[in-house]
Amino acid sequence: MTNLNSSMPAGSVPAGSVPAGSVPAVSVHGVSRVFAARKGPGVAALNDVSLTVAPGEFVSLIGPSGCGKSTLLRLIADLDTPTSGSVEVFGKPARQARIDQDYGIAFQQAGLLPWRTVAGNIELPLELHGVAKATRRRRAADLIALVGLADFASHYPDQLSGGMQQRVAIARSLAESPSLLLMDEPFGALDEMTRERMQNELVRICAETKAAVVFVTHSIPEAVFLSNRVVVLEARPGRIRSVVDVSLGEMSGRNEDLREDAGFFHSLSQVRDLLHGTEVDANAPRTNAIPTGARGVETR
Amino acid sequence: MPATRERSAPLTRGTLGVPGPSGAVGVRARSRGSAGLHPRLRAGLFGLAGVLLLALIWELYTAFGPADGVVIGGVTVLPRTTALAMPHLSVMFERLFEPVTGAASALPLWQAVLAGSLFTLGIAAVGWLIGVTVGLALALLMQRFRLAESAILPWIILSQTVPLIAIAPLVRRWGAQIQFGEFTWESWMSVALIASYLAFFPVSIGALRGLGSPDANHVDLMHCYAIGWWKTLWRLRLPASVGYLLPALRLAAVSAVIGSVVAEVSIGLRGGIGRLIVEYAGAAGNDPGKPWAPIFGSILVGLIAAGFVGLIGLFFRRFRRGEVTE
Repeated sequence: MTNLNSSMPAGSVPAGSVPAGSVPAVSVHGVSRVFAARKGPGVAALNDVSLTVAPGEFVSLIGPSGCGKSTLLRLIADLDTPTSGSVEVFGKPARQARIDQDYGIAFQQAGLLPWRTVAGNIELPLELHGVAKATRRRRAADLIALVGLADFASHYPDQLSGGMQQRVAIARSLAESPSLLLMDEPFGALDEMTRERMQNELVRICAETKAAVVFVTHSIPEAVFLSNRVVVLEARPGRIRSVVDVSLGEMSGRNEDLREDAGFFHSLSQVRDLLHGTEVDANAPRTNAIPTGARGVETR
Repeated sequence: MPATRERSAPLTRGTLGVPGPSGAVGVRARSRGSAGLHPRLRAGLFGLAGVLLLALIWELYTAFGPADGVVIGGVTVLPRTTALAMPHLSVMFERLFEPVTGAASALPLWQAVLAGSLFTLGIAAVGWLIGVTVGLALALLMQRFRLAESAILPWIILSQTVPLIAIAPLVRRWGAQIQFGEFTWESWMSVALIASYLAFFPVSIGALRGLGSPDANHVDLMHCYAIGWWKTLWRLRLPASVGYLLPALRLAAVSAVIGSVVAEVSIGLRGGIGRLIVEYAGAAGNDPGKPWAPIFGSILVGLIAAGFVGLIGLFFRRFRRGEVTE
C-alpha cells in the first residue's frame, strides 16, 4: 500500500463529496490477513479475497464463525491492515478514506457514550470534526427523526432499550452523510421482532440516503432481505465461496411483504445451500463471480 | 464488549424492581431523583447507628468488664476498665470544654484542637493537590506509552512499601538545602511532600485503570473518527475514568491526612494535630480525657477531606451514569 501524507486535516472533506458512478465504493484486491501465532505459521483469517462494492449497493458478508467477515470489514474501515493485497474506498487507500471520514460505522454493540444524551451521541462525530453548533443541532434533530426517536433526544443511553440504542448508533453512523456504511452485525444482539423492525428501517434509511453498505451478519434471511448481493464466505482459510445476486428490486420497494415473496425464499435457499457447502457448489468459483446457469437467480 | 448493555441492564432492574422493557423508561427517569435520596438517607442512618453501637459497647464494657481486663495465658486480650485506661465518653467530651492546661491564659481544649486540625487540614490539602497532580501525570504517561507502564508501575507499587518515618528525615534534610532568592524550604513543606507521597499512589493506580476502561468498541470508534490521542483522551478516556477517579481521590484525601499527621510527628512540626497527639498522650496518666481530643480532631479532618471529594463528585455525576450505585 502506498504511504500517504496524513497531515490532511480530518473531516475537512465532506463525506458526500465522492462522485458516484465511476469509482467503486469499496474495492478489495487479493487481500490476505494472517494473524501471527506464538508458534507455527499463524492463522490466515483471510486468503486472497477480492470484492468490489458499487456506489449505493448493499452487500452482505455472511459465513460461519471464523470466516473472516468481520476482519474484512475492519480492513475496509482501516481498523486493521492487510498482510497483503490492497483495500480502496472510493478510489483512495483505506487509511486516507478513514482520515477523510468517507464512511460511517456501526458495531454489534451500540457503543454509545453513557454520559452523553441521544442527541449528544449523534452529534459526537460532528463535534469531533469541528462542525458548528447550530448545524450540529439541526443534523442531529433530523437523524433522530429519521430513526424515530424524537421523544428521546435528551434521554441517556441507560434509559433506552437495546433496539433504541442500536438505532442511535445507526443515526450516529449517518451523521456525516457518508456514501458508505460499514455495519458489523448491528442487529446481532437484538431479539427477532426488534430485529425485523430494524431491518425494515434500515432498508428505508438506505433508500433515503443512497449510501453503499457493507453489512456483516450471521442471519441468512437478514442478508437476503437487505442486500443486492450476498457474499458467502468460508472458513479456514477465510475466502469467498460465492456471491449471490439477490434480485428483489430497489431498496425503496422493499417492505414487509417481501419476506413472503417466492424470490425471497429462492435466494434464501440458495444462500443456505452455499453456506452448508452442498455438492452442487463444490466447484463454485472462489472469486466474486456470480453463479450462473442452473443456479442463476430467477428474474421477475 | 457487551459492557453497554451490561451496565444499563442491572440499573434498570434495580431501580424498578421489575425487569422492565422500554415502556418503563419514563417511570425510571422520573423515579431517579427520589430513588437517589432514599438509599443515601438509609446509609446515613446506618452509619450513625454504627457509631452509637460502638459507643454503647465501650460504655457497657467499662461498666461490666473485669477491672483487670481479660487475660488469657498471660496475654491481655481485653483492656482494663479503669477510668485511666478507658475513660467514659462523658469524660472525653467534658474535657473538650476545659482549658488545655492549668495556666490562666490557656484556651479551651476544643479550640486548641480545632486550630491544630485546620493547620493539618491545610497541609494535607497541599499534599493532596501535589499527589493528585503527580498521580494523574504518571497515569497519563503510563496510558500513553506501554513502555512507561512497564518501567514505572513496579516502582509506584514499591514506593508504598517504604515506611513514612524512613523518608521523613531524608525529605527534611534535602529540603533544608533548597534555597533560592526569597524562597526557603520550610518544615510544613516537607510534611506536605510526605503527605503527597501517600496520596499520589491511589490516584495513579485508579486513573490508570480508569483511562484504560473504555471498551475496545469505543476506542475503535475514535480511531474511525481519525482523532488523535489527546482528543480521545479528552472525549473518551477522561470521562470514562471519572468513576474510577472519584474513589481514588477520596482515598488520596484520607491518605494525605494520615500522611500529614504522621509526618508532623516524624519531622517534629509544631502546630498540627500530629504534634498535639504526641503532646497530649503524655497527659494520659492523670488526665485520661485529654488524648482523645486530638484523635477526634484527626477524625474530623479526615471527614472534611473525604466530604470535599464527595462534593467534587457531585459536579461529575453525568459521567457516572451507568455505574451501579447502592
